[in-house]
Amino acid sequence: MNCRPLLDVLRDPAHMTTLDLGDWDLLLRQAGAAGLLSRIAVQAETLGLDASLPDAVKPHLTAARTVATKQRQAVRWEARRVAQTLADIDGPALLLKGAAYAIAGLPPAAGRLFSDIDILVPRAQLGQVEGALLLAGWHAQKQDDYDQRYYRRWMHELPPLTHIRRGTVLDVHHNLLPETARIRTHAGPILAAAQALADLPGLSIPANTDLVLHSACHLFHEGEWGHGLRDLVDLDAMLRAFAAEPEFWPSLLARAQALNLGRPLYYALDCCRRWLHTPIPAHIIATCPSRPSPWQRPLMRQLFDAGLASALPTCQGRLVKLATFILFVRGHYLRMPWHLLLPHLLHQALRRDREKN
Amino acid sequence: MKLGDLSLLQLRHRLADNDLALRTGPFVTRIHSTMPQVADGLLRLYADFQLDAGEFCDFHVRVGPPPGPRRWLRPQINFWLDGHSPFKPLPADHAFALLEWGLNWCVAGHAHHYLMLHAAVLEKNGRAVVLPGDPGAGKSTLTAALMLSGWRLLSDEITLVDRNDGLLVGLARPVSLKNASIDVIRRAFPDAVIGAPAYDTHKGTVAHVRPSADSIERVGEKVQPAWVVFPRWREGSPARLSPHSRADAFLHTASHAFNYSLLGGLGFELNAALMDACECHDFEYSRLDDALRVFAELAA
Repeated sequence: MNCRPLLDVLRDPAHMTTLDLGDWDLLLRQAGAAGLLSRIAVQAETLGLDASLPDAVKPHLTAARTVATKQRQAVRWEARRVAQTLADIDGPALLLKGAAYAIAGLPPAAGRLFSDIDILVPRAQLGQVEGALLLAGWHAQKQDDYDQRYYRRWMHELPPLTHIRRGTVLDVHHNLLPETARIRTHAGPILAAAQALADLPGLSIPANTDLVLHSACHLFHEGEWGHGLRDLVDLDAMLRAFAAEPEFWPSLLARAQALNLGRPLYYALDCCRRWLHTPIPAHIIATCPSRPSPWQRPLMRQLFDAGLASALPTCQGRLVKLATFILFVRGHYLRMPWHLLLPHLLHQALRRDREKN
Repeated sequence: MKLGDLSLLQLRHRLADNDLALRTGPFVTRIHSTMPQVADGLLRLYADFQLDAGEFCDFHVRVGPPPGPRRWLRPQINFWLDGHSPFKPLPADHAFALLEWGLNWCVAGHAHHYLMLHAAVLEKNGRAVVLPGDPGAGKSTLTAALMLSGWRLLSDEITLVDRNDGLLVGLARPVSLKNASIDVIRRAFPDAVIGAPAYDTHKGTVAHVRPSADSIERVGEKVQPAWVVFPRWREGSPARLSPHSRADAFLHTASHAFNYSLLGGLGFELNAALMDACECHDFEYSRLDDALRVFAELAA
């Protein structure tokens, strides 16, 4: 984790004022690769640090803030379209992850970049939701019958939907994890505890504890490590802010227990504390509902550290290739039992081969 | 220190050691490459450009062979910005053209502290002409000809508008010529320094013209915009300017800009101010010397 100066600045943005030009040369590249440059740029402005930074650096921060402002505006606009489309559907539609942070103005939203919008709806309403979205211009692109079957039978989401004119991508989930995953969880309590958004009728936001658990589960169970460090920064920002609420930590543990998401929560808390120095009470980590055994802990730490560093060419250890391969296998192992996974991987490999020729 | 102060051998070593920081207008780019075409092209076309100490670089780029067995079979090259490759590999003899495209991509994709229009821009007597132009309209040919007859080149591809004062900012990088226009410029300006052509690229044959010494020397001087001219080369047409509506010029430049919508309201303000400051013209021509005469009258 010798990922200086990026980690120093993520832990304490005021550290920016101590960096020399050579440090900035490295920091801008590390932050850019991790998708965190806009976040750092917004923090510099919010904390009034901009004036004390080197002149050569300022244009990069201005440009990064411009991108973040535009993306946030675009996400709000797109969320409004989704809200209008789903206004007549029974049951709640929840914004998840980036869109949820942006619309609810939560701490991770500052300078965050987006690639798509994620929503969660009750499984019973999936058909209605899909029909309404199709009429409004969102449809699955370039999917063959196999993909359709794969998503609809085994996954926790529809195939990604692309808007026919704007090209924006919408992921419609009905659960947090695939139907076939080794951990079983259920979306019912999350849908029930969601808060309706006053200014966007038709859309809701998950409860704070559920936002944290979903983010943890996405990062440590699904294993898309390209945005790993950014997702960890989301978790850190939420934990720092939510910790001010009375009884946040006990209710987070209770919720993890109820949703069967204790293990991803453990990994999230452990990585946040070690990577970003998130102030998490030691007894909370120690009493997390599901913890790896003592022999597993150092191994899992090594793997996750490699995963979190995988987007950062300047901070990788020697074994990063091996570790990211193991994480890739682990992601699939957690997703499906072998008797489903092996035929699926074989199909994907053969298809790639066909497309190449 | 200027790039041309290095010998070809020194330049090759610096490029191979990732130890060359080139200043082009407001940007410093660290270039890493072992390709001889890159060193040759840089020495031929960038000799008058300043080198930077390189403590802080805006872009870290590399041009080199992609990994794999094709290294020996039919050599290819690719371009990386800080380890990330935005393009598909090309034949190895396109290395210098790929570097030029890559440098354009770096600016157009990242420098959102400017409004960036897709247009050439040149200056005469303290006033700038912006030349938007659809591909094939003869924009680059006209740009090269104007530069070679005394106009100062700011850019042949990306017009940078400073968001604080609306003034135009120069890059002074080489002008990219395509196909027949390479010979047109060679014939009209026998002294022009033109780099080695890259054949059979996605744009046909491409070669770059070395920027004039004055353009490079004064690259830091920002300019007040005065004209927006839409050039169009048409066989047999006399050279003539005709009025072009400002509203249409606004819409055209906005819809072809690299980051107009990304800048939101500021993009609108900057482009509107640019049009307010400019006379807008269509310009048809067939012969370069007639075209140059019309532009000389325009700037007089």
